[in-house]
Amino acid sequence: MNWDWNYAWEVLPGIVGEGLLITLEVTVLASVVAYALGLVLALLRRSPIAVVRWIVWAFIEFVRSTPLIVQVFFMFFVLPNIGIKLDPLPTGVIAIGLHYATYTAEVYRAGIEAVPKGQWEAATALSLPRGRTWFAVILPQAIPRVLPALGNYSISLLKETPILLTIGVLDIVGAAYQEGSAAFRYVEPITIAGILFLVVSYTSSLLVRRLERRVARSS
Amino acid sequence: MIQFDTVDKRFGDNVVLDGLDFAVKPGEFVTLIGPSGSGKTTILRLLMTLEQVSGGQIWVGGECLSHMKRGERFVPADDKYQRAVRKRIGMVFQQFNLFPNMKVLQNITEAPIRVLGLSRAEADQRARDLLELVGLSEKVDEHPSRLSGGQQQRVAIARALAMRPDVLLLDEVTSALDPELVAGVLALLKDIASTTDITFLCVTHEMNFARDVSDRVLMFDAGQIVEDAPPDKLFTEPDHERTRSFLQAVLNRG
Repeated sequence: MNWDWNYAWEVLPGIVGEGLLITLEVTVLASVVAYALGLVLALLRRSPIAVVRWIVWAFIEFVRSTPLIVQVFFMFFVLPNIGIKLDPLPTGVIAIGLHYATYTAEVYRAGIEAVPKGQWEAATALSLPRGRTWFAVILPQAIPRVLPALGNYSISLLKETPILLTIGVLDIVGAAYQEGSAAFRYVEPITIAGILFLVVSYTSSLLVRRLERRVARSS
Repeated sequence: MIQFDTVDKRFGDNVVLDGLDFAVKPGEFVTLIGPSGSGKTTILRLLMTLEQVSGGQIWVGGECLSHMKRGERFVPADDKYQRAVRKRIGMVFQQFNLFPNMKVLQNITEAPIRVLGLSRAEADQRARDLLELVGLSEKVDEHPSRLSGGQQQRVAIARALAMRPDVLLLDEVTSALDPELVAGVLALLKDIASTTDITFLCVTHEMNFARDVSDRVLMFDAGQIVEDAPPDKLFTEPDHERTRSFLQAVLNRG
């Protein structure tokens, strides 16, 4: 096996210019879905209405007990049968975001439970409305603590994006595979894909670690 | 102002209060003393609706706190009803429970704005006046974490007073303070008690303070009122042996 620098330079712009951008786009958008929906799920799990709690619990268990690729295929190949048809990229963002929301919901739950009981009691003693208690007292204390954990899920999520290759979203790996199959030579493109993932996820983890230190300092 | 009518409170099989009856008149300062586990704090928590009664009723200012009328029937109160009744009640906690994500000023203005509907300017003014009263005018823009325990408790007192409560519940408010900070907080409370017509219900282990400010002292043991007397009588010549042994144990401890 030998390494062809000229060929590597030739395929690099395609992998970075198309693949990397798609990977980052999916990661950021799916993270936004996961962060927002996870918070909604975490709040609904504490709903005073038992049926709501039960439905959310069942949803979370269902999503976690099935592989991500089944959910991606379900959304892409099955939902169009009932008239819901989205392009590959939004499908992928929603599927991955939904999947990870069940994990971030757990992160938020832990953060909420870490807020001392006395904070709830003080809010009750002041007769603060329920919504105000959540958004002015509890969540502003819970969320900063869980930001590093959320960041770590974004890094995991980043590494799952190649799964969208199966529905035609060409991320880093998809772009590398395409370049490779055009020239019947995979060593350079696939190696480059690996290195790109390493660079992005390692720098992200450094950022998360800095965030962790900041959170630790301020609490 | 406050009336307990055969109130029971059970946690599982553990009976904390059993058919408790007592009343507090408007403007009275009543102190609850007794060994830990005797149900004193539970009484405050029931009044603040942090716990719900297992039986009996609690009345505050002529309104029932624990039950509400639905048609002709008397049913356990729901959250919305309790929120309306408990606006008249404030509470100061052993652990202060200030909101660490808000500055001192917002800790005090949050509820008057959101619950009483004051404008920001009115609430700000009220908060500044109260901070002056508790001697912390210069801490308006501080975060609670930068205050000493005694200062935090003063802010918590200001926060409770900002709601202009008819009833103020004091739950061992000096127990978490360093010894040198206790006297200042107690002096402040004494001052507030003597200059307002707020009704106080106080749980404390500070016997000198109880003796100094109370109109009545209730000695509790095992969820029952053992003795109910003015402080001069209760602390000098209690009728009951249980009161005497409790006071002896507490006073000897220091």
